[in-house]
Amino acid sequence: MMDKYSLLQKIGIYTSIALFITFMLLPFVEMFIASLRPLTHLFSRPEVPVGETMSFVDFMSRFWSDKMSFQAYRDMWVTVPQLPRYIFNSVFLATSVTFISLCFVIPAAYAYARFSFKGKSVSLTLFLAVNMFTGAVLLIPLYKLLRMYGLLNTYWAMIIPGVAFLIPQGIWLLKTFLEKIPYELEEAAFVDGASRLYTLRRVILPLAVPGLIVVGIAIFIGAYAQQFLFAITFNQNRDYMPLPAGIFEFIGYQTVLWNEMMAASLVGVLPVLFIFLFMQKHLIAGLTSGAVKE
Amino acid sequence: MFKPKTKAQTTTLFAWALIAPAALVMFWVVVWPLYETFRLSFTDSTLGTLMGGAEYVGWENYEKAIGGRKFPSIVTRTFYWMFLSVGLKVVLGLIGATLLASNIRGRGIFRALVMPPWIVPIAIGCFGWLWLYNGHFGLLSNFAEMAGITDGPYSFLAYKQSAFYSAVVTDVWIGTPMVTLFFLAAMQGVPRDLYEAAYVDGASRWYRFRRITMPQIMPTVISMALLSAIWTFNSFEIIWILTEGGPRGATTTLIIDTFKTAIFSYKFGAGATRAVLVCILLGVFSLIYLTVLGWVGKKYGYAGVQK
Repeated sequence: MMDKYSLLQKIGIYTSIALFITFMLLPFVEMFIASLRPLTHLFSRPEVPVGETMSFVDFMSRFWSDKMSFQAYRDMWVTVPQLPRYIFNSVFLATSVTFISLCFVIPAAYAYARFSFKGKSVSLTLFLAVNMFTGAVLLIPLYKLLRMYGLLNTYWAMIIPGVAFLIPQGIWLLKTFLEKIPYELEEAAFVDGASRLYTLRRVILPLAVPGLIVVGIAIFIGAYAQQFLFAITFNQNRDYMPLPAGIFEFIGYQTVLWNEMMAASLVGVLPVLFIFLFMQKHLIAGLTSGAVKE
Repeated sequence: MFKPKTKAQTTTLFAWALIAPAALVMFWVVVWPLYETFRLSFTDSTLGTLMGGAEYVGWENYEKAIGGRKFPSIVTRTFYWMFLSVGLKVVLGLIGATLLASNIRGRGIFRALVMPPWIVPIAIGCFGWLWLYNGHFGLLSNFAEMAGITDGPYSFLAYKQSAFYSAVVTDVWIGTPMVTLFFLAAMQGVPRDLYEAAYVDGASRWYRFRRITMPQIMPTVISMALLSAIWTFNSFEIIWILTEGGPRGATTTLIIDTFKTAIFSYKFGAGATRAVLVCILLGVFSLIYLTVLGWVGKKYGYAGVQK
């Protein structure tokens, strides 16, 4: 009864959702249209005769033509032969960041969730304060640091900052999940003579899988979405470039191959979008079951 | 060697042993750079003297940065940018989460369709907006012309005001999905019996939202707003790709100014000074935010900020 809507309410909800989704997808629609148009058509703009107002037909003629094709999706691999490499690099970097971060996040989150000890709240606050110093603020010394260890222009130049800035978030998220796991289970393991590390590995971790999935996805997306800055400042090696930096190769000295650039952008993010589509149910379910809510 | 005597000491040792790896990484990649930024901010370090040999210049960088003609407007703009963008993200996030939490057909698909701006690399989302904002070839300008709002091409990123608000829209676009998702999760965690009890008592939907949903998800709203504020304050890529801080400085926030000074002009000392100022301003803001909310929380009985 409570969840029933009147017809008017239903119309209102669907309309609002449609508007919301339009806003969220509009840039992708624009990119898709641009990717289909040949360059000549992309930069042609049928003018409306002076004195007349623009009609819907005029509007459409600026975005639609018979010459539209998927040609750009074929040409882009030729224009930038490294493209598959860039797409791979992006996913590889984000995956590495995720797994390395988790190695640091899991033990720390476990400690914060389970024990009360000296310096707990102070250190936890300090971890959260790290959020204040995103990479952009610390670029100069990070550059120096990476140069000192000879890590500039390697994968590590992009992995290390990524890991460091995502650990605090990971701890914060995972801690709330681990707190939900009943303590009795651990006690039972202790009584049976299991060591603490064994308990963490064999009792806690298997139970924390939904939480780990959520934290893993959150870290992965954080690492995947924000590669650009570290890539353009710490890496000059084209072999290690992630997609958002590599895509700039479509901007030539003479012309910008906008249509191919858009096509490459869309194709490049497809693998991750596809994976996310399968994971998003777990993400929402996991977030609801554990974190966020106190 | 130190031998733990009591159980509490063993626990403390074990806990710290678990935290140590993460703490070490923080120390290496965040704390040391932070100290180094602070130190550099008192030097005249440039590209040649980055690895050593820069002269200490005292407070000169600070006097120059704060005394600069543009500095007050950059700070004001940064805070305006932050408040506007975060406000919109929270409001849109609440609306979006409420819509996606409603019991309708196809909501699984709708939920998935809202997420791409969050997942896609920020730089790539910005290319889409770059094209949307284009005066001659973009959908927006042409649509406005057809609707009779403008009578010719309008380049959104070419004028000071419209460039600023366009950047805000893009920032909101990128930030909203994550906020929506966390609000949605929080809303689903609200016990159903609360709603049922209110429903039986004849409470309207709006009343239930105001008196049940909002107070219940308040901790999430508060912490997401703070995190979002910090990220927005330091949001770099969006502005950089859309306008590089222009036209005529209209979209130059503190972080853009820092990047321009440090990386583009190789004035590492002066750039570090700006980075320190960013940290101070953010620190002060966070403290005020948490204090005010702690006070409000006590007064109105919200659960306060979750730790």
